Amino acid sequence: MPVQCSRCEESRAVLKRPKTGHSLCKSCFFWAFEEEIHQTILSAKLFNRGETVAIGASGGKDSTVLAHVMKLLNDRYDYGLNLFLLSVDEGITGYRDDSLETVKRNQQQYELPLKIVSYEELYGWTMDAIVKQVGLKNNCTFCGVFRRQALDRGAMMLNVDKICTGHNADDVAETVLMNVLRGDIARLRRCTAIMTSSDSDGSIPRCKPLKYAYEKEIVLYAYFNKLDYFSTECIYSPNAYRGHARAFLKDLESIRPSSIMSVIHSGETLELKEGVKLPVQGTCSRCGYISSQALCKACVLLEGLNRGLPKLGIGKHQRLHGKILAQEPLTENEERKLRSVDF
Amino acid sequence: MEERQTSIAQLQSIFTETGFPYFIVPLEKVFSLPTSALIPGTSEADSSHSSYKLAVNQYTKENQTLREEKVVCGVSQLRIEDCSAQQTLALERLFSSLKTLTAKEEMLQMLRQHLILHVARENNFSKVMMGESCSRLAVKLLSNIAVGRGAALASDTGFCDLRFGDVVIVRPMRDYSSKEITFYSRIFRVPSVFIPGLDTKNHDKASIQSLTERFVTNLQADFPSTVSTIYRTSEKLQTTKTPQDQSAASDSKCLLCLCALDAKTNNASAFNATLISEQLSQRKLREAAVDSSRQCCVEDQTCVPGVCCSSNRNPAPTELNTFVCYSCGLMVRDMEEENSLPSYILTEAAKRQSRSLQKQQIMEFLLEDDD
Repeated sequence: MPVQCSRCEESRAVLKRPKTGHSLCKSCFFWAFEEEIHQTILSAKLFNRGETVAIGASGGKDSTVLAHVMKLLNDRYDYGLNLFLLSVDEGITGYRDDSLETVKRNQQQYELPLKIVSYEELYGWTMDAIVKQVGLKNNCTFCGVFRRQALDRGAMMLNVDKICTGHNADDVAETVLMNVLRGDIARLRRCTAIMTSSDSDGSIPRCKPLKYAYEKEIVLYAYFNKLDYFSTECIYSPNAYRGHARAFLKDLESIRPSSIMSVIHSGETLELKEGVKLPVQGTCSRCGYISSQALCKACVLLEGLNRGLPKLGIGKHQRLHGKILAQEPLTENEERKLRSVDF
Repeated sequence: MEERQTSIAQLQSIFTETGFPYFIVPLEKVFSLPTSALIPGTSEADSSHSSYKLAVNQYTKENQTLREEKVVCGVSQLRIEDCSAQQTLALERLFSSLKTLTAKEEMLQMLRQHLILHVARENNFSKVMMGESCSRLAVKLLSNIAVGRGAALASDTGFCDLRFGDVVIVRPMRDYSSKEITFYSRIFRVPSVFIPGLDTKNHDKASIQSLTERFVTNLQADFPSTVSTIYRTSEKLQTTKTPQDQSAASDSKCLLCLCALDAKTNNASAFNATLISEQLSQRKLREAAVDSSRQCCVEDQTCVPGVCCSSNRNPAPTELNTFVCYSCGLMVRDMEEENSLPSYILTEAAKRQSRSLQKQQIMEFLLEDDD
């Protein structure tokens, strides 16, 4: 028996929303999806009129849908924003170069200007070279830290006011779970914020308009809209710790679809005890980027890579910051510990 | 029924050996609980920081027997024949009206807590000790996050739980992992009774709680620091503060779990987003038919669009969602018949509803406290 769409009650329903379980027809689903993002943007006051916004585009489904919806809403509701596509080339052969082709196609489809920044030009290292040194286990740290800085540097080159990324509800929920499992209190408090705090030191705020959109709904949207995106997983991802949190979240979703929103809700409402030590934001003494330590993470990681000590950025290394800054050579013991890499 | 009798007999033999006075209460007793189980009591110990020494001195002057009675293992009392078959049926009806195992386990937890609280109050106990181990609390923390109880994490998994006011729940065993406890009881031959729970013999994905348990145990095998890291995280959390004013306190607490109400529809929250999704996925007309923020038949995937169930019920139960926190709200939504809830919950809900109606009527004349 064909089920009617629960919103317009006229057309036949073609899909069931993962988020709420309602059966909807195609146009009602599009409308509901876009409208939710619009409401998120409005209620969180993400953008102001006349701002230049860079969309972090990787060619994957999240950023493709984000670019599509942002352009659509900008036109439909007249946000008055200047949109750019900003893409980062990490130098992972077989993965990133293919997805960059997709981004270039997106640029033509949406008629948005595109800028590509690469790890090679910014840091002198590609992810492939990094993995050869670091191994398969901790390389996501490098990629993530470098990418964030790369996004910021690219955005500064473009002179934008805000960056928006395609992080969806599943991503935020996974991050909450991962931070609980890793015991990272400081991040736990910040990770559910929809926009990073814009400080006076000039760091560009990053926001997540898709924060409340389920990953499955994003895929449904892209599928029904016939959007062109790149759908292969990063070749280094199977060994990441995040995979455990992701598998758990997928199972939770299969038991109860609202769990994803529940996890985000828990992350938003939990409170830390007063007196818990939290890192204070300052600037890196070498590159001037924001950092809570004397040296920002990217500088520490780079130093480790350049000296052939791949574990320098992984684990506790605060005591060595002074030494690195002063360009002193590290002692035998320290070098030995930092060089050992298990595959 | 026979299994219950054997379990009780075993428990009784263990308890008599300890020499402490013991209570065994059947779960059916929830149907005869008074509404005071839902109201936090006042505690005299609020200003006791400076007078701790005085309190201790005063206490040691009292009888020895009183000191023994203060410590009660949080399990049971009474004879099982005391409860009527009607209550047993009502209990079965309550649990069968909950569609998911997750909701059933949450309901069981909640009822147990109310029952323990009530027994403690009746016998003038000021503290209740629960025997949850580190591993169990880590699982509880994660599954609480998964059901949306972030605001109450510290109360549910911390060392002491102060939300009931006069009765404090403490968890002295929270430093010990389950392995340590098992070794201890093996070596020192501590007798124990195994009572099958709701999720025994079910597959792992039957409920959120059992899934979390399997997840944490598996992760612990690969990363031995998992449980202790989760434990350390829980130590750094605190419960969302409720307003200090006592008279307003009960209104701003969840009806069922007595933590602060966190399901507020303020801007840009996950809860708000959920409500918006609900509204956008349904016929607009229905918004007018349903009062306040309650939407009908939410995650129920068997709900036929076109039928609005809330219009068939009496007003009081539909308002239940406005008085409970986010996660209790999810549990209530999983229920088919809200009337199968024990009467003390329903009466308290009705009372709160009439109070909020009263407040609405006199809203313009009330002076707000300046904070």
